[in-house]
Amino acid sequence: MKYIALIYTAANSAPAYGSAEFGPYMASYNTASERFATDRVLVSAEALEESSTATTLRVRSGKVETMDGPFAESKEQLGGFYIFECPTLDEAIRYAAMIPGASVGAVEVRPIVDFSKLPA
Amino acid sequence: MAEAASIGESIGRLVRNDGGRLLANLISNLRDFQLAQDSLQDALESALHHWARNGLPDEPSAWLMRTARRKAIDRIRRAARFRSKSAELAALIELDSEPGPEPDLIPDERLGLIFTCCHPALDRRTSVALTLRSICGLTTEEIARAFVVTPDAMAQRLVRARHKITKAGIAYEVPGPEAWGERLDAVLGAIYLTFNEGYAASSDALLRPDLCEEAIRLCRVLLALRPDEPETEGLLALMLLHHARSPTRLDAGGVVVALEAQDRRRWDRARIAEGAALVETALRRFRPGPYQMQAAIAALHAEAPSFAETGWHEIALLYAGLFALQQNPVFELNRLVALSYVAGPEASLAELDGIAAPLAAYQPYHAVRADFLARSGRATEAEAAYDEAIRLAGTEAEQHFLRRKRGEAREQE
Repeated sequence: MKYIALIYTAANSAPAYGSAEFGPYMASYNTASERFATDRVLVSAEALEESSTATTLRVRSGKVETMDGPFAESKEQLGGFYIFECPTLDEAIRYAAMIPGASVGAVEVRPIVDFSKLPA
Repeated sequence: MAEAASIGESIGRLVRNDGGRLLANLISNLRDFQLAQDSLQDALESALHHWARNGLPDEPSAWLMRTARRKAIDRIRRAARFRSKSAELAALIELDSEPGPEPDLIPDERLGLIFTCCHPALDRRTSVALTLRSICGLTTEEIARAFVVTPDAMAQRLVRARHKITKAGIAYEVPGPEAWGERLDAVLGAIYLTFNEGYAASSDALLRPDLCEEAIRLCRVLLALRPDEPETEGLLALMLLHHARSPTRLDAGGVVVALEAQDRRRWDRARIAEGAALVETALRRFRPGPYQMQAAIAALHAEAPSFAETGWHEIALLYAGLFALQQNPVFELNRLVALSYVAGPEASLAELDGIAAPLAAYQPYHAVRADFLARSGRATEAEAAYDEAIRLAGTEAEQHFLRRKRGEAREQE
């Protein structure tokens, strides 16, 4: 089964670029990613630019409406994701817990729909 | 007619005693709660029909299992779910072609299913409902009544939980050693929540199924399936010891009776003996945990000849140990109560300030403070503290009890 681990963190919760803690924080991401690759559970992963760079859009009556900023006005914003291939939720949770962002924010684990397994 | 009724009774007994094991086995074969429940229901209806005509088969459980599997095959074929269920269908057909299973060859899958139902990724109360439905064999209507919600609302909650188990890939298995402790905690937590739900509801016991009994039964199943687990022993002991005192907890009018005023001769001695023996067995494994320690406290209360002759010093020490383990201020509050019977109320009163902030909205904190004040001869302050406790009380029975205590505050001056 494929699972996506969505990483939510508040604006100033992770070490800032240029601070003494930034290097080790990024290194911990590398360590985690390497572990996921070695264990052959990593499908893909990306980090996102900060949420102030986001644009939200809706199409209404055929017209595109855009808005500055992310869709949800919450303190914790989507900052990146991993996609894992794991047999059970327990395993997905075990790997998601290794994501450094889980220690400063929260990680939402969701199964990805497998369209080949849907009933006819 | 009489015979049909007795067949019905036999089936009812069978479901009660073995239904959980049959259902668990079906669920683990089918990986589908709803399909398993529907197929077992089909098999029971079929049994009512066939057994009334031909009498009980030699191995009723095996008969039900075989029939339920065939009903499942029919249902899968009818619903044209070949594509999503092809693996399960093949396995079922293979099982069906085997010679008739002996009843003791039906593997007991309940342990794995308990862990599935009580997975920490599910809502706690939903876990309780799902466990009662799948392991204890309570009907959706009975569970709805126990939780005072409509059957429709309970059915929806169960559907959502089963849906999440299937879609999120929650495994049907007993967790390995790396996750054992945490997952066992979730299971024990769900069982204790079931018990407390029953404990809180004991005043209208006639209307609601006895959740305390169900929780005890479930904990016994868990212990039988995985013996020598000290926290499971601790929880079973704790529930037995609490339940032993339940006949004296409320008076005829439904008002809470304080421990010191309870008639100890009416406590259930058999349950107390069993609970106390379990605590001893558990503690001798030298892997202490919160349920064992709470059970040890309950045993000290239950075995004390009177309120005054209770081992308050030991109880205070156990609460200190619990607080060290979990940092829950309620444990500290209880420690101070026990201490007040050893060293007097003034010392405890002085220490109470340390937990005032986290327990400001907790009714028992104010009731305890009022009691310390009254026993220290400070009646006016005691009355004010009782007023706060009464304001925070959740039930009529609690309010009534607190008002009576407030009325007695001046007598201790």
